[in-house]
Amino acid sequence: MASAGNNSSALPWALVTPALAWTLLFFVLPFIAMGFSSLTAHEGRGFTLANYSQFFTDPSYWRAMVNSLEVTAIVTVISILLAYPFAWILAEQVPERWQRLALMLAVLPFWTSYVVRSYSWLLVLAQNGVINRALTGIGLVGEPLQLANTRFATVTGFVHFFVMLLTLTIFANLKQLSPSYRKAAADLGAGPVRTFVHVVLPLTLPGIMVGTFLTFVLCIGDYITPQILGGNNELLMPQLVMMQIGRRGDFPLASALSIILMAVVTIAYLACARWLKIERA
Amino acid sequence: MTVNARTPLSILKSHLSAACAAAALLLAMGGAQAAELNALIWCDHSDPALLQPFEEANNIKVNVKEFEGTGAGLAIVDQSQPGDWDVMVIDSIDVPRGVEKGLFEPLPEDKLPFADLFPEVRMDKSTVVDGKRYGITEKFGYNTIGFNKTKVDPADMQSLASLTSDKYNGKVAIYDYYLPVIGMAALAIGKKTAEITEADLPALKAELLKMKANAKLVGEVTASQTALATGEVDILVGGGEWVTAGLAKENPALDFSIPKEGAVLWSQSLAMFKDSKNKDMALKFIQYIMSPEGQARLATSSCYWGMPSNTKAALTEEQKKILRFDEQPGFLARAQAYPAPNADLDKKMQDMWTEMLQAQ
Repeated sequence: MASAGNNSSALPWALVTPALAWTLLFFVLPFIAMGFSSLTAHEGRGFTLANYSQFFTDPSYWRAMVNSLEVTAIVTVISILLAYPFAWILAEQVPERWQRLALMLAVLPFWTSYVVRSYSWLLVLAQNGVINRALTGIGLVGEPLQLANTRFATVTGFVHFFVMLLTLTIFANLKQLSPSYRKAAADLGAGPVRTFVHVVLPLTLPGIMVGTFLTFVLCIGDYITPQILGGNNELLMPQLVMMQIGRRGDFPLASALSIILMAVVTIAYLACARWLKIERA
Repeated sequence: MTVNARTPLSILKSHLSAACAAAALLLAMGGAQAAELNALIWCDHSDPALLQPFEEANNIKVNVKEFEGTGAGLAIVDQSQPGDWDVMVIDSIDVPRGVEKGLFEPLPEDKLPFADLFPEVRMDKSTVVDGKRYGITEKFGYNTIGFNKTKVDPADMQSLASLTSDKYNGKVAIYDYYLPVIGMAALAIGKKTAEITEADLPALKAELLKMKANAKLVGEVTASQTALATGEVDILVGGGEWVTAGLAKENPALDFSIPKEGAVLWSQSLAMFKDSKNKDMALKFIQYIMSPEGQARLATSSCYWGMPSNTKAALTEEQKKILRFDEQPGFLARAQAYPAPNADLDKKMQDMWTEMLQAQ
């Protein structure tokens, strides 16, 4: 009996060991190394807090974090506003037998390379791009607008990607929602708007929050989109991190900036944690 | 030469790094061949048209690993085992950084065509350390003004003052690399690039901010090249033959000038690793790259064009015309050295660049 008991308690550990080992090897150890590195001086010896103090005392460094948070907030809000109705149409208005095809068609553009897609947006938004040609062609504007190489371009590139991500999480949530909730609300005299505001929306909040958190994490850590579409007219945190590595190879400062970025993501996680539980009541 | 003390952290880091680098190298090597050469390179060396003749002539596979920026390149070396790499392409001004780390092997001058190089690009101040030569300049060019001659007045492009004039407001892109563009700002305020000190930084910052105010974007190689080629901008600060020459066939309107204030001379060198296990083949590779044929192929690489440092490069007349080969003596006479700050000034320059990028 004792032997059987030992076996049954060892099995879960055996099953979880590969995942634990993977996390230890590819997250915990590198994270510890990065933490140590962030406390050292570039090409120097001993420990220092200079890398962290540079971030908090240099306005251009601090500004990068503010820019990142602003861009991430704008992208997240716009993506939710676009994704929710899209997900609702897919879940509620598209016939069941067409839903898979509709979802696949919606995801299709994302089978292309992320970098290629960003450069494509650059060409679309350029001075001679499709949008400016259309606007000048129909006489809405006299001169081409500066759309490329701006924050607007960065936000557009991000929103294009994250609308799809949020659509998928919200769609999944809407599909889990039993029709009985709406029937019960109707029985109690609630109209469609009231039912949506007081029943559907609160029950789909987990889907929104999961998508929001993923959008936040992926957006605030992304280097490619702002680098290609933003025209370096402002720096975001990932660009600032990369800048320390290129020529000078200042890994300690890059590590400190990365740790600060991770701290912000952790705060975002804690803020969303209530809705990120796997089990639902 | 400095030797760093080994701490437990550095030992852990080096072991982790070595494991990662070994894995990367194995992946880069692909299928095993009898002889292989491992090269840390810039993108112009990955062109098959450059590598194939050497590989076929020597029955060898050249494994290449691209990097951008000396810091990133040296980090790859730090993460590798001694002997993993045979040759490296490096900014000529950064050769001393590799020497200081004890990475490079002195090159045999008698076996390389130093006599055939443009004298101005031998770069002895950077490539010779303690009387020994550690690098040979293989390619060079200018960070200057690249422009579309159908959209701007070419006469205006003879002065750096045009870059900050209202006439070209919103028509300008700036190449996103702080050293050459700070060099151009120095030229614009009448300062020699080799004499930049910390005291000059406020004036340089003011000049950079004026450039930024006129610019539509600050872009790395591909972005700035795309902006000029698509007509998003008409002028590229820091551009030169490396932007315009490769696009000459598709867009003959693109050109570059060496303004009256001068231009910044960039150059890249080849160095051999001290711990290379295949020094004979590494030297052969350097000899091939420096040969007239290798120089022509490198100069016209699909990634970017640039001037070959060997005056005997086997370029066609058309290629020479595009690169403005015959005008080089005049250009070189007016070009100034790439800024080569010490570590402290380098950091301050990069922070100044960050401030410029963040300025609205």
